[in-house]
Amino acid sequence: MTTLTKHASTAPLRAGAQKPRGGLRRFGDIKIALLFIAPAMIGFIFFYVVPTIRGVYLSFTEYNILGDPEWVGMDNYSAIAKDPLFWNSLAVTGQYVFLNIVLQTALALGLALLMHKVAKSTLIRGALLLPWMMSNVIAALLWFWMLDYQIGVVNQFIEWAGLPRVAFFGSEEWAIPTQAVINTWRHMGYTALLIFAGMQAIPGHIYEVAKLDGASPFQTFRKITIPLLRPVLVLVLVVTVIGSFQVFDTVSVTTQGGPVNATRVIQYYIYQRAFTESDFGYGSAIAVILFLILALVAFIQMKFLKGNESDLD
Amino acid sequence: MKKSLGTVAVAAAIALSLSACGGSGSSAESAKGELSYWLWDANQLPAYQQCADDFTKANPDIKVKITQRGWDDYWSTLTNGFVGGTAPDVFTNHLGRYGELAENKQLLPIDDAVEKDNVDLAAYNDGLADLWVGQDGKRYGLPKDWDTIGLFYNKAMLTSAGVTDEQMKNLTWNAQDGGTYEKVIAHLTVDKNGKRGDEAGFDKNNVDVYGLGLNGGGDSSGQTEWSYLTNTTGWSHTDKNPWGTHYNYDDSKFQESMDWFAGLAAKGYMPKLETTVGAAMADTFAAGKSAINAHGSWMVGQYTGYKGIEVGIAPTPTGPEGKRASMFNGLADSIWAGTKKKDAAIKWVEYLASAPCQDVVASKAVVFPALKASSDKAAEAFKAKGVDVTAFTEHIKNETTFLYPITDNTAKVKGIMEPAMDAVVSGKKPASSLTEANNQVNDLFK
Repeated sequence: MTTLTKHASTAPLRAGAQKPRGGLRRFGDIKIALLFIAPAMIGFIFFYVVPTIRGVYLSFTEYNILGDPEWVGMDNYSAIAKDPLFWNSLAVTGQYVFLNIVLQTALALGLALLMHKVAKSTLIRGALLLPWMMSNVIAALLWFWMLDYQIGVVNQFIEWAGLPRVAFFGSEEWAIPTQAVINTWRHMGYTALLIFAGMQAIPGHIYEVAKLDGASPFQTFRKITIPLLRPVLVLVLVVTVIGSFQVFDTVSVTTQGGPVNATRVIQYYIYQRAFTESDFGYGSAIAVILFLILALVAFIQMKFLKGNESDLD
Repeated sequence: MKKSLGTVAVAAAIALSLSACGGSGSSAESAKGELSYWLWDANQLPAYQQCADDFTKANPDIKVKITQRGWDDYWSTLTNGFVGGTAPDVFTNHLGRYGELAENKQLLPIDDAVEKDNVDLAAYNDGLADLWVGQDGKRYGLPKDWDTIGLFYNKAMLTSAGVTDEQMKNLTWNAQDGGTYEKVIAHLTVDKNGKRGDEAGFDKNNVDVYGLGLNGGGDSSGQTEWSYLTNTTGWSHTDKNPWGTHYNYDDSKFQESMDWFAGLAAKGYMPKLETTVGAAMADTFAAGKSAINAHGSWMVGQYTGYKGIEVGIAPTPTGPEGKRASMFNGLADSIWAGTKKKDAAIKWVEYLASAPCQDVVASKAVVFPALKASSDKAAEAFKAKGVDVTAFTEHIKNETTFLYPITDNTAKVKGIMEPAMDAVVSGKKPASSLTEANNQVNDLFK
């Protein structure tokens, strides 16, 4: 095994140096490479590729999980196009993603700066991550009770301040912003950590040069930190936007789509159609649409924010 | 090729020998071992645990493992179990759900066993046993309990408002002016300055105690929220029950009633729907935020269990047709069609539906068992605890109950009606908007 590993690690170097040696040699590399990829690959195939293909298939069927799927062609998709609840779920999800991403990215950037420049203690840096270590469901329930209209501590403070109580989860206007802020609170420490790592990768001498040239801290941030941070920021955005589109657990343990349809986000609507109403074909079709939307969003982000190239090169 | 044939042969041999094992002892095997049993109400767990212990004492071959799961997860976990083959052998079933389960062949018909073992279906409260005969004419469960709706009220609040228990017993209601029911509710409502809901200068935006508590919009059934009112007008959810194929949310009588109901919140006599997300209605009652709560008989233990609050229970109001009305819901125990211990499961279901077990349940005074004799024992057990439950039993005696609407597509109907009802009860839309939702619902049955 040791010889194999050694062989593998030196192989790319040699392959690069002696390119024309060709076929057999490279084939040997692939075999070993496959060996290393295998654990991840098996998981990927069984838990991602197969379910995805099956999901796409089910989206063209009528399937209540207890019987057999029945092919209905595009029926589910044409029904979805006419389904006001689907369009509502898109709008609601969009509102959530916008609030969540803007707040989360701005706050995380600020926190990362603090971690980079001010808070050098590991303890404090670690503390920023604490909300992220909490399970989503626990975080949601914790805030659900603290923000409760009748017995929540937050509303008690609001009342003491002489203001009217707020139905954070019960009113249609507040339900989505409330949940967006809760998840921002939970995720911003982690996002900050990613950005912080990106900041550490920016060479220190650039800052020194900027300082010598008399750049103000704000100029340094705008002209150096942000452009050089771009690849990391784009990665963070792609990942958090995809994560944000998939908001489900918070809704599921608090408002369950209500009041009326104010928090019926797309993932919750999929769950409702598939698991509550046993319409797995319809649910799969919405899931396929969500998949396409996310692929498009990620593509646009990568393309227009040039996430795959760095200004450092 | 040769090799694979060999493997097939070996596999076949193993399979054969296995099935041979199974075959020889199939009937004996299926009558013993460990049965799994699911229920959702934690309050009833101790009673059924005792039933299980007694049952094992009488049938040492059969053990029963009880799992309690909250209502919110119960049905999706159960569905996953059906698909994955891990569903419980026996489980507590709900009228709103069993139609779809039976149609998808997940429930074991038990007619033969019921006939063979001479289960006396007439011993149950009238109508309960018939509920569990599906559209195909087969029986899918034996009744275990029933519930009706009543008005829980805070005695201290009523005394200070000068409302007597006698008045509470003789409430009337109609959709035009709300009858004496609305008068009492208005009088029991108190704002932050101590002004009552029927006094001049009442501030409906700063209410301290609401006359009537609110549980939610009530979605498709309105079981505890509004059905005890709407169904006194001669209206009913569906064209026939059980197995109706047409819903009636577009009926003007119903919409009129719903407009009145939503009006209570607008007048400040009932909390706004948006404020009810979160803390349970019973808990806000305990916190002194409402004077009357309409709720089901399964909640008696909880309401009477709050320390320092004296609770009275009144029957629901008399409607325009001179009668009271209460939804009558019953649970049953059903057997999963995929069970490997069919005979043991049947034995357990019959035991659950028999006097020895239902008397145990009665003695705990948590719910009303389905057997008439056990129901009476439960009423006595409640009495011994100092709780008068005639408000609930009266509905049975006077035959003023109507059934929980049993139809196909109940989950989808709920999916459509829940947001529609929320919009009405929260005052965002008039009740006439329910006509549109009703069309969507009835399209499901085309």
